[in-house]
Amino acid sequence: MKRFFLRALKDIRDNRFLTAITVITVALSIMIAAAFALFFVNAGGILNMWQQGIRMMVYLTPQVSEAARQDTMAQLQSIAGVQEARYISSEEALERLRGQMQHHDALLDNLRRNPLPEAFEITLQADRRDSTSLQFLAERIANLETVADVEYGQEWIGRFTAIVNLFSLAGYAIGGLFFMATVFIVANTIRLVLYARREEIEIMRLVGATDRFIRVPFYLQGMIQGGLGTLLGLGSLLLGYLYLTRQFGDPMATEMFTIRFFPVLTCAGIVLGGMVVGWLGSWVSLKQFLK
Amino acid sequence: MTDTRDEAIIRLFHVHKRYGAKAALQDVTLEIAKNELLFVTGRSGAGKTTLLRLLYLGEAVSEGQILVDGMNLSRIPRARVPTLRRKFGIIFQDYKLIPTKTVYENVALVLEAAGRKPSVIPKKVRSVLRIVGMEDRMNAFPPSLSGGEQQRVAVARAAAGDPKIILADEPTGSLDEEAAGLIMSYLDTFHTRGATIIVATHDKELLKRADTRVVQLRDGRLLPPAPV
Repeated sequence: MKRFFLRALKDIRDNRFLTAITVITVALSIMIAAAFALFFVNAGGILNMWQQGIRMMVYLTPQVSEAARQDTMAQLQSIAGVQEARYISSEEALERLRGQMQHHDALLDNLRRNPLPEAFEITLQADRRDSTSLQFLAERIANLETVADVEYGQEWIGRFTAIVNLFSLAGYAIGGLFFMATVFIVANTIRLVLYARREEIEIMRLVGATDRFIRVPFYLQGMIQGGLGTLLGLGSLLLGYLYLTRQFGDPMATEMFTIRFFPVLTCAGIVLGGMVVGWLGSWVSLKQFLK
Repeated sequence: MTDTRDEAIIRLFHVHKRYGAKAALQDVTLEIAKNELLFVTGRSGAGKTTLLRLLYLGEAVSEGQILVDGMNLSRIPRARVPTLRRKFGIIFQDYKLIPTKTVYENVALVLEAAGRKPSVIPKKVRSVLRIVGMEDRMNAFPPSLSGGEQQRVAVARAAAGDPKIILADEPTGSLDEEAAGLIMSYLDTFHTRGATIIVATHDKELLKRADTRVVQLRDGRLLPPAPV
């Protein structure tokens, strides 16, 4: 294997210009694809953060007896996905509203009676905060006899989830496109090298070299090009990220949310992926060339 | 046309090779004994090169069968072609040296391709380069060598893997008389060491000096041996 590796390195050295072009092109592809991925990771983070704060408001029908209310609370707490059900009386609801209205709270002083219904504020278990689970839970709770209405900001969650899903879909498409582009680039570089060295390869075959003997250095070459290109692409993206966070750090970061770069393990995974893509490019070229 | 020898290392049975409508070889039956030095002669286009190419599966026969050291070339799977080719050392008229590799690297390639241990390769390469008198040029690149020197490297490369058979396709075709004599003397050396040598040539001077069997091809057919 060491000999194959040394031969691959020699080939790279002998074809410096071609290798540099490939590495740079792979780096650009990876940088663009990784930038999209970074956006999705952070957008997913925002959604996750937002979902953590989701509460469901369950409004009760008017004049519910104390026993019925206790019974409703017990029923709510027994529903799978409900972490906590907290009772909010009409008075407490009005106080909350007063707090939210701040300087206009005088408007509430003229009310003859408290128009706000009694309610339960429901905190949900972490795994039940997605749009589908929320809808399912809301329908189930709405069917309870004492429940008049259920609200959880369904419209906003639906829209935001749809946007993130749309971007994710676009991300997969772009990722796929760049994956194919990278394979194509590496395949073409290797093809050019193969074409330039077709006579040498023919001689190798004539002297009894196995396909493995010919292929392995090219596979290694593809993997090295893919790996180097990915490292360069990710490195450039990291520099861009550091520059942006330094320049616009404060407005971009909040107490709840900070824009993050990929974790080290993910970076290692991406580099490994780049190497696999490089290998695939070599494989495609050699498959056609060594028929 | 048949020529039979004992202990044949190569056998051709009614071999035909066609390129479209053109017949390059027609009904060639030939046996070549172990450690024989055989000359194949004939005009340009007679089928000499085609005959050699069929032996190392540079091309497949159109009809007929070839056996090389017990291997039936019609039935050999693709994965075993390298094994077959390692039985041969091949010398081409145009040398076919890799211009970007040094003399040493060109010769070592055969041994690397055969999976020889890295520790034995330098000694072996030096040994064959010494035989052809090119040891002192082993760091040179082929384009910097004369035709005769390049052909000597090609002979060294052909002999490096200790092949059972050395095929030489017009090995002296582009060399002067002195250089041609040297190449033949090196081939003689490897013949003496046990290799079967097949030389395809139309070099009359070379044939005059040959005191071994000569077979002649004409328009792809093997001519009957001349009466003794």
